[in-house]
Amino acid sequence: MDDIANPADDAARLARFEARVAREDKIEPNDWMPDAYRRTLLRQISQHGHSEIVGMLPEGNWLTRAPSLRRKAILLAKVQDEAGHGLYLYGAAETLGISREELTEQLLTGAAKYSSIFNYPTLSWADVGAIGWLVDGAAIMNQIPLCRCSYGPYARAMIRICKEESFHQRQGFEIMLTLSRGTQEQKAMAQDALDRWWWPSLMMFGPHDSQSPHTDNSTRWKIKRVSNDELRKRFIDATVPQSRYLGLTIPDADLAFDAASGHWRTGEIDWEEFRRVVAGDGPCNRERLADRRAAHDDGAWVREAALAYAEKRKSSRR
Amino acid sequence: MTEAMTPLWEVFIRAKAGLAHRHVGSVHAADSEMALQAARDVYTRRGEGVSLWVVPSAAITASDPGDEAALFEPASTKPYRHPTFYTVPKEVGDM
Repeated sequence: MDDIANPADDAARLARFEARVAREDKIEPNDWMPDAYRRTLLRQISQHGHSEIVGMLPEGNWLTRAPSLRRKAILLAKVQDEAGHGLYLYGAAETLGISREELTEQLLTGAAKYSSIFNYPTLSWADVGAIGWLVDGAAIMNQIPLCRCSYGPYARAMIRICKEESFHQRQGFEIMLTLSRGTQEQKAMAQDALDRWWWPSLMMFGPHDSQSPHTDNSTRWKIKRVSNDELRKRFIDATVPQSRYLGLTIPDADLAFDAASGHWRTGEIDWEEFRRVVAGDGPCNRERLADRRAAHDDGAWVREAALAYAEKRKSSRR
Repeated sequence: MTEAMTPLWEVFIRAKAGLAHRHVGSVHAADSEMALQAARDVYTRRGEGVSLWVVPSAAITASDPGDEAALFEPASTKPYRHPTFYTVPKEVGDM
């Protein structure tokens, strides 16, 4: 990194950096970058990675109770994908100069955040369908523009993730479709899942653009290509017709198609709930972190043993 | 909570016989054997390849981005290294 602290040099470097970003050059780990760019990416990529890792928990809850072997195999593959996605993202974050151990510690101590959506419980099998359809659907909407992010390692991780993620949404929609064409009880279960996951899914896109604290630099440096509200609008436009096909009702009395703009309009999101869950007071915040901590602690002896074994073999070869 | 660092490995995959191994990402593992297993789990869940390499990341020497001009720019001033630099008379045909 830089050992020259000459402000004129820094200004020149910044100008060169911004010119590169402006002409769609990718920035790579060893390239000079402003501290704020590094910090923003670190925050965003680690938060994204932690979301994938914590995201395994709500669905993992149903692995042993999936209704058929087919569904179980699919869910297992999906949860395994989330682990892989977490690891791709941790790998990208590490290129910015943080260690895997530090990343893990930030998650376990609560210093780093993960997506609030995973602090909601999965109460029925239909929730697995709703998560795939809505939560992964919203995630894909968010992630597609990130494939063109100015930071090379992040963009490459996102390309892999988007390729793999598309099945996640489809398997979720398939579950919802099966339930909504099933018995009265099954249909009610699907509706109940939609009722509970709809609003939290809309919150996944973050605060309104006017309230979003991180947008300015992120947009200029091409980390974020599309605004929160625009992404949310795209998600709503794509999802409302799908809910109609399922014969389910979106839990929003104000939902209406605005013919003038060609987009759906929704009622206002309960931002108080959003703030509460982000601040740590959602239905499952404590449980999720406790589960991650237990998994980490229970695995400590395995990591220790593996390192000791590697060390022993190395010294016996000498 | 201070834990020993688990070493980092770079992962390369041969997509199919006849192609070169290509860098796909990295994994942490205590030794090369576990690195191969982790690489298999993380990077080949959908038939991405037929062969894996893992290399300790610390063993890679990379060129400095600051040397980019010195190292690579001369190539662009030597267009005569490319076949398109030369015109072959039409009468001569394919060459």
